Amino acid sequence: MRQKQRNRLIIALFVVAGVAVAAGLVLTALNENINLFYSPTQVSQGEAPAGHTLRVGGIVAPGTVQRNPETLEVRFDLTDGANALTIRYRGILPDLFREGQGIVAQGRLGADGRFTADEVLAKHDENYMPPEVQDALHTAEKLGLVKEQE
Amino acid sequence: MLPELGHFALILALCVALVQGIVPLVGASRGIAPWVALARPAALAQFLFLALALGALVQAFIANDFSVLYVAQNSNTALPLPYRISATWGGHEGSLLLWGVMLGGWTAAVGLLSRRLPELMVARVIAILGLVSTGFLAFMLFTSNPFERLPIPPVEGRDLNPLLQDPGLVLHPPTLYMGYVGFSVAFAFAIAALLSGRLDAAWARWSRPWTIVAWSFLTVGIALGSWWAYYELGWGGWWFWDPVENASLLPWLVGTALMHSLAVSEKRSAFKSWTVLLAISAFSLSLLGTFLVRSGVLTSVHAFASDPTRGVFILILLAAVVGSSLLIYAVQAPKVKSTGQFKLVSRETLMLGNNIVLTVSAASVLLGTLYPLILDALGVGKISVGAPYFNTVFIPLMAPLAVAIGIGPLVRWKQDSPGRIVALLWRFMLISAVAAVLIPLLAYGNVTPLAALGVGLAVWLFLSALVDLRRRLTNKGWGGFLTQPPAYYGMVAGHLGVAATILGVTLTSNYSQERDVRMAPGDSVELGGYSFRFESLSEVPGPNYLASTAEFRVSRNEAEVAVLRPEKRQYMVQTMPMTEAGIDWGFSRDLYIALGESLDDGAWAVRLQYKPFIRWIWLGGLLMAFGGLLAAADRRYRLAAHQERTAMATPLNVPEVS
Repeated sequence: MRQKQRNRLIIALFVVAGVAVAAGLVLTALNENINLFYSPTQVSQGEAPAGHTLRVGGIVAPGTVQRNPETLEVRFDLTDGANALTIRYRGILPDLFREGQGIVAQGRLGADGRFTADEVLAKHDENYMPPEVQDALHTAEKLGLVKEQE
Repeated sequence: MLPELGHFALILALCVALVQGIVPLVGASRGIAPWVALARPAALAQFLFLALALGALVQAFIANDFSVLYVAQNSNTALPLPYRISATWGGHEGSLLLWGVMLGGWTAAVGLLSRRLPELMVARVIAILGLVSTGFLAFMLFTSNPFERLPIPPVEGRDLNPLLQDPGLVLHPPTLYMGYVGFSVAFAFAIAALLSGRLDAAWARWSRPWTIVAWSFLTVGIALGSWWAYYELGWGGWWFWDPVENASLLPWLVGTALMHSLAVSEKRSAFKSWTVLLAISAFSLSLLGTFLVRSGVLTSVHAFASDPTRGVFILILLAAVVGSSLLIYAVQAPKVKSTGQFKLVSRETLMLGNNIVLTVSAASVLLGTLYPLILDALGVGKISVGAPYFNTVFIPLMAPLAVAIGIGPLVRWKQDSPGRIVALLWRFMLISAVAAVLIPLLAYGNVTPLAALGVGLAVWLFLSALVDLRRRLTNKGWGGFLTQPPAYYGMVAGHLGVAATILGVTLTSNYSQERDVRMAPGDSVELGGYSFRFESLSEVPGPNYLASTAEFRVSRNEAEVAVLRPEKRQYMVQTMPMTEAGIDWGFSRDLYIALGESLDDGAWAVRLQYKPFIRWIWLGGLLMAFGGLLAAADRRYRLAAHQERTAMATPLNVPEVS
């Protein structure tokens, strides 16, 4: 029986070691890859850390989309009704990117206070509003930062 | 009239499911033969009613019956017929009905195909499936009735989401659901065996082919979904670690572990309680996947229902299934004895390793998927867990698994000598390591650590399969191929499928080239050794959309390779633009053109991509599934079932311990 017990112990150690390695991997990976969500108001109040990957959501402010046709560089304002944040992006925008549409941008906040996105997410339905954006709009409204909209 | 018949059939199916779930179960524990005998006819009747309901809904779509709310929301007279039919499962209610029909189909299949199994076992399995079905049908009828009528029918329907107007919708959901729902059979076998208190090798043997077939469907379903996303979403990505994709990957990972653990339970009578736990987990994760997709807690292409009562109902169903099965497990599992002993160096140990790696990776994917939801529910904050998390965790876990896949089949059950295995394999490990560096270097001119790792693992899997085959066929000549059972070749095909997928993933991830450029008709751009020339742009009307179709001529060294026509479509009813990529596919590379947006002067933002070996990802999936079907078709499952039934037929009037 001693042999059997030793085997069991070794196997159990293997399992524990394997799970420990996996847990370590999970924790470091989670630490580095959680993207926090901020509304334009939170960013303007300085709550968002610079130089860290994060998500910002809001409505694409009408009349702010500017494209440089030679370099495919695009610049637009993202608003939650109270504050706006300028987003810079280079590349092809999703099909449902439009002025007045709720979108989420993922990228980094520069030291100059402008946001450089490496991904712009618009969802797959014309009526769809990302829940984060919905919340951001609501909070801005609740804080009394937005005038009643007609 | 027909929608009411469908609704009525659905109600009847619920009634039958309830009877099917209770009567045979009571009959089996009390030893009442006629009650036990009710199981099969009930299963067939339930399936018949469900099929009728589905038929009625399909007919409503074909006939453009917009007085049915669900049809009005998901169809349109301008929608082509094949898409009207597949639109049946394009929304929440219809896809649930499809789920129900599949469950009924699997149950009926158990009833029809397991005539050689003991009556009591079959009755219990069918009854448990009946209980699951009862929960699902009640959910459908009370919260998401597909046959709900509109008092004032609209003249025209709101049309199907343009993303879903694709052959992918015809294939992807049905195969994926076949897999999801198929795990309910493995689950029912496990619970039935627990209830009867006889968790033996016979149980493992009966439940193996069902598990493998369900797993094969799930594999094809996931591969199809990945392929569909690749060509339809216009980004050229094949896996996004989207919560919904993860929801299908979770039961797949646990199902893969289950498949291997069942093999050990059958052959060596070991791991039995663990196997039961995996069967419960695989099905629970399928239900969790349904919950995640259908409850609206996730934001994705797949999440249409945002009605909170629905989410709560599925959560209750999930809690009931998990809770009751774990309770049965807690009561009955201590009686289970795993008799098979094994030494440290044995195939059992490697299978254990396989199980640990697969469940741990499933757990880490689950964590990454649920973590944002939990934080959000607690009101702590809104976060998203990005793809880098999953890649960082998944790749280091999968690499040792791939090494073990190569060794496993060569190691003997119970006990083996490490020296023998090392002597057999060291040369091939060395060759794989050299190939890992040389192949990427020769083919693409540079090598990264991850590219070397992936290529090395793929070569290793291929070589070790050859070593095993040669060892088995030594001195048998060409006729020796026939001496091995289909199940063996199934395993080989499955493992080679893993190799193909690893190779495809590695080469695509490391050597893809991509450019976003501004192009006007007449412009040429070079990428990956190919020249892409934008020839012309024309407006082409489709059945329910208007397309701007570009024509690109692709050439290599002045020789024409392909003419590609990517489109930008504007759908009329949902006023939604859609990108249809132009793809020239090949075994060694895909060329992918997608139109971005129209700029001034007739120029377009264009995305060009060169994707090496991307098809291998899905071909690997198909190979795995083919291997699964080959293994499940092995004759020994049928023969063995026959022998056991004659050997241990239990008289029906003797009550069993349960």
